[in-house]
Amino acid sequence: MSVTVKIPTPLRKLTNGETSVATDGATVGAIVESLESSYPGMKERLIDVSGDLRHFVNIYLNGEDVRYLDGLNSAVTDNAELSIVPAVAGGLK
Amino acid sequence: MQLLPLRGPVEKLSNVQSLRCKECGRDYPQEPIYVCDYCFGPLEVAYDYDEIAKNISREKIQDGPLTIWRYDQLLPASRDNAINIGAGMTPLLKADNLGKELGLNNLWIKNDAANPTHSFKDRVVSVATTKAVEFEFDTIACASTGNLAGATAAHGAKAGMNTMVFIPADLERGKVLGAAIFGSVVLVNGNYDDVNRLCSELGDDRRWAFVNINMRPYYSEGSKSLGYELAEQLGWHAPEHVIVPVASGSLFTKVYKGLQEFAQLGIIDSVDTKMHIAQPFGCSPVAKAFVEGQTHPKPVVPDTIAKSLAIGSPADGYYSVGIANNTGGSATIVPESEIAEGMKLLAETEGIFTETAGGVVISTLRRLAREGVIGKNEETVALITGTGLKTLEAIENTVTTSTIDATVQSFDEIVMGSVVS
Repeated sequence: MSVTVKIPTPLRKLTNGETSVATDGATVGAIVESLESSYPGMKERLIDVSGDLRHFVNIYLNGEDVRYLDGLNSAVTDNAELSIVPAVAGGLK
Repeated sequence: MQLLPLRGPVEKLSNVQSLRCKECGRDYPQEPIYVCDYCFGPLEVAYDYDEIAKNISREKIQDGPLTIWRYDQLLPASRDNAINIGAGMTPLLKADNLGKELGLNNLWIKNDAANPTHSFKDRVVSVATTKAVEFEFDTIACASTGNLAGATAAHGAKAGMNTMVFIPADLERGKVLGAAIFGSVVLVNGNYDDVNRLCSELGDDRRWAFVNINMRPYYSEGSKSLGYELAEQLGWHAPEHVIVPVASGSLFTKVYKGLQEFAQLGIIDSVDTKMHIAQPFGCSPVAKAFVEGQTHPKPVVPDTIAKSLAIGSPADGYYSVGIANNTGGSATIVPESEIAEGMKLLAETEGIFTETAGGVVISTLRRLAREGVIGKNEETVALITGTGLKTLEAIENTVTTSTIDATVQSFDEIVMGSVVS
């Protein structure tokens, strides 16, 4: 599945300043893995040592907080938009 | 889109060391940044307390201005270039009538509705705007549940900046118009959390000072002044209980931090204050986490008449739960039907007209008194953080008025309920 991922300011050092990147994967977790292979260091910023989404990271799949879907297992459809937003900014659709 | 290069503050303050991640402790320079590059934890101002200890005393504070800037040794900006419209040093009133009603002999109301734009938000925005000017921003912006909108727009006007405030479209008229008089107000179809997320995304590509996003580390420090004032106004000691209305949880954490800093610097002897969370039933993620023994609040979609508390995804909820636990405090979830009751009770006993958030606080206080969580003689401060005049809609069905013709007969008939023979 081809998806667009919106990258927040704190992670743009990893993406050479790109504000959004195209990648693919069937689930949110798979997308995190493919981001990691393109932009090493990305995964440890998003995922904690126990393999869960970090507490201060929110990921929105087409505007929905993935914590309210199926977390990292949430299925991603083609042309979906994923937003990574620092939790300190809040945000729940 | 590439960001314009950011410039640091024009002068280095001796009392501030750095911005520091509250989670992993990494240090960052004093810039308009708010989140740790590494772990996404929130950044907080780190002070040089040894340096501050040399320059602070009760006497020096008392000689300072009658605003939050009397505490500038403990703020990340100097009073010399403060954007000041008079935030802070609001009345702390002994609430004997309300105390009698609730069976409390040592009850105080901190009336922050007495701030320039009628809410505690003037404290935080005064600091954030001062920093925004230092950082040479020309536009000040915010995501707001209403009170912040007015405070941001007013301080932006005073600073001569462009203002751009974003609020949920369903806010009370008083809050919309009370902000729009100062600057641009944008009504967003959605709740506060939607507005906040929009602003977070807008802020990524625009060189604006969003007071509660990229200025948040500085902004939130302004709330500590409430803690300092409580201690000073009580005669230089910390109260036994403080009841705080909780939205993001920032105020809750910073009031406690203020008291702790005063103790650390020897301005007061010690802090043994129990911190109590007050939230409305329709938006109570922080109180719910406390009650259920969770550390991290689970986000909710808010549905409450206390719109200034309608933050479903509270940025400082985790830290608030921790403080309530560590201080032996509590959390109360107030039924929506008791919010207007609380507003009415405070108005009728103490002559203070508070907004819905204050109704949540007073109803929480009533419950804590009834349940014996607060002892009869224990010194207690309830924080009233905004005015009822901005949320008139909430009490329309609670208060009654009479309309008469301009005759004595009409007055006697309708008001006195008697027919004159």
